[in-house]
Amino acid sequence: MTRDLPKWIDFGLLPLINLVVAFLIAGLVVLLIGENPARAAYLLVRGAFGSGYGLGFTLYYATTFIFTGLAVAMAFHAGLFNIGGEGQAYIGGLGVALVCLSVDSILPWWLTFPLAILGAALFGAAWAFIPAVLQAKRGSHIVITTIMFNFIASAVMVYLLAGPLQKSATLGPRTRDFEAGAQIPKLDWMFSPLGIDLGSSPLNITFLLALVMAFLIWLLIWRTRFGYEIRTLGLNPTAARYAGIPEVRIIVVTMMISGALAGMMALNPVMGDQSRLQLEFTEGAGFVGIAVALMGRSHPAGIIPAAILFGALYQGGAELAFDMPNITRDMIVLIQGLVILFAGAMEHMFRPAVTRLYFSMGFDRAKPEEAS
Amino acid sequence: MDTLIQILDLTARSAIPLLLACLAGLYSERSGIFDIGLEGKMLAGAFFAAAAAAVTGNAWLGLLAGIAASVCFALVHGFASITNRGNQIVSGVAINFSAAGLTALLGQSWFSQGGRTPQLGSEQRFGPLELPFAEALSEVPVIGQIYAELISGHNLIAYFAFAMVPITWWVLFKTRFGLRLRAVGENPAAVDTAGVSVVWARYRAVIVCGILCGIAGAYLSIGLQAGYVKNMTAGRGFIALAALIFAKWRPVEAMWACLLFGFLSAVEIRYQGVELPLVGVLPVQLVQALPYILTVVLLAGFIGKATPPRAGGVPYVKER
Repeated sequence: MTRDLPKWIDFGLLPLINLVVAFLIAGLVVLLIGENPARAAYLLVRGAFGSGYGLGFTLYYATTFIFTGLAVAMAFHAGLFNIGGEGQAYIGGLGVALVCLSVDSILPWWLTFPLAILGAALFGAAWAFIPAVLQAKRGSHIVITTIMFNFIASAVMVYLLAGPLQKSATLGPRTRDFEAGAQIPKLDWMFSPLGIDLGSSPLNITFLLALVMAFLIWLLIWRTRFGYEIRTLGLNPTAARYAGIPEVRIIVVTMMISGALAGMMALNPVMGDQSRLQLEFTEGAGFVGIAVALMGRSHPAGIIPAAILFGALYQGGAELAFDMPNITRDMIVLIQGLVILFAGAMEHMFRPAVTRLYFSMGFDRAKPEEAS
Repeated sequence: MDTLIQILDLTARSAIPLLLACLAGLYSERSGIFDIGLEGKMLAGAFFAAAAAAVTGNAWLGLLAGIAASVCFALVHGFASITNRGNQIVSGVAINFSAAGLTALLGQSWFSQGGRTPQLGSEQRFGPLELPFAEALSEVPVIGQIYAELISGHNLIAYFAFAMVPITWWVLFKTRFGLRLRAVGENPAAVDTAGVSVVWARYRAVIVCGILCGIAGAYLSIGLQAGYVKNMTAGRGFIALAALIFAKWRPVEAMWACLLFGFLSAVEIRYQGVELPLVGVLPVQLVQALPYILTVVLLAGFIGKATPPRAGGVPYVKER
């Protein structure tokens, strides 16, 4: 019945068409607002890549989105939809801050950083643990529980930051600034030999950590027995059960890895930029991860470029808002929604048309399979 | 007595948008279409209602615009999840973001007030209605007070919301439309075999969901408040979703769940920072998080079992 399309259409052309449609609609909205979409796009690209400073910010945001995108993708592979990346990242920030606040005057940064990574991963994983267990053991829908946990995380953090962790009432709900022992290096040493001056952009070594994690996740999912079990469960839970794959354990462990990745996102803004824990530092990055994972087809090799694209949208969008005050950063939220809609919910919309076109144009030199 | 009535009045006011959104979700989810996009549809409803009311000067046109916008988003959700058989959760997430982005952008570009709409006058919104004899009865202790201050004095949409509870019950359980709607949510193949269109039944449910979400949004921007402020639904769509699960997808229980969550929000507003006997100062955040915590506990199966419609979230593929 279904004729297979070559891989370059499945993984290249179709996602590209979806993306183009999403951006065309965003362009229409720009037109509706009364601005020139082509000029807006030019300003956006210039803002994101036109200077070392812009590039630094683009990659800084991309770092965050690689983590949250990997988190969502990890869960996708097991057939789980982790909407709770935002909450897990928020709580992950608490882990980072607790480590930094307790050791930043004793240890050098290269000892603080690994501890902070552990703190972030542990807290993020812990926040994903309860929804995971409830899904695995009691069948509570993980989408709903993770949404609820986002709100609970937000309440917990407001309570802590406006109470026990607050330094002074005048500065508002945030911790004290971290000392030198919790300042991680920027990446100027990497980019200045290339002739790129990152300026005051906050791009830091967390970027490298994100790339390492992307590689490790690829290794885990496609090159280990555990990854094989995860993918089996995600593709066909019944077959997985018959094959004796321990469903409960896979769900719980996958979700905890997912939560850990989301939590590690906090390293970037908390340690790499703000040097303190403050309210809403996640800025919706957990949700951007959904768009990134869908666009990157849950594969690290797709997630990294997708994260850079969204990083560019964030940075370029901020610059764009200077020149076109009517196009606020809310534009990115809209684009995010459109990307999720077209690359996610309607990913198969153009497939029948493309399939028809492909086979009618005689691109398939091999004989089409017989209809079964 | 006065404090109690004040709290109950506040409860009702907080519960009404929840109730409308919750009933909206009820129609959709009972037909097998999960909807986590209630928030986005409410937001669109609130913005377009206030925008149209501000421009035309007429509350009714505002309400219509709010409903129309919300239905548009509902149809996108329907198109993605019914026609394209896409993932309903993903589509719902997309609706929420698209609506949040679009309303903020258009708000800024149309009115240049940082995403707000202009302040609305009394002609442009649904004002409180004085029920008959409320004035006369307000002197009567207890009953008269309750009648005059709690039951009377809400706007039209508020009474509509509570009227929708028995109406929804009747529609779902006593009409052919309701029977089919529930059937496509439980066993679409059987409905299909009977010669009834699954697609059309689900689309109708999704449209009803859009209408009610639009009204819920309009209640916020041109009923309760005089104008739209950016992101004014502030998570109410998700609380409504929680209430829907809490009510186990049933209309009358939905009302009680919304009143309970409304009561929590009333307590939060009324007792912020007030020293209570035995409890001490109530952490606001705990009260705010309580609806979510309760829903998780319920989902965990510790207070009864919340079983969603059987075919919920599964796109229907006709057998070939």
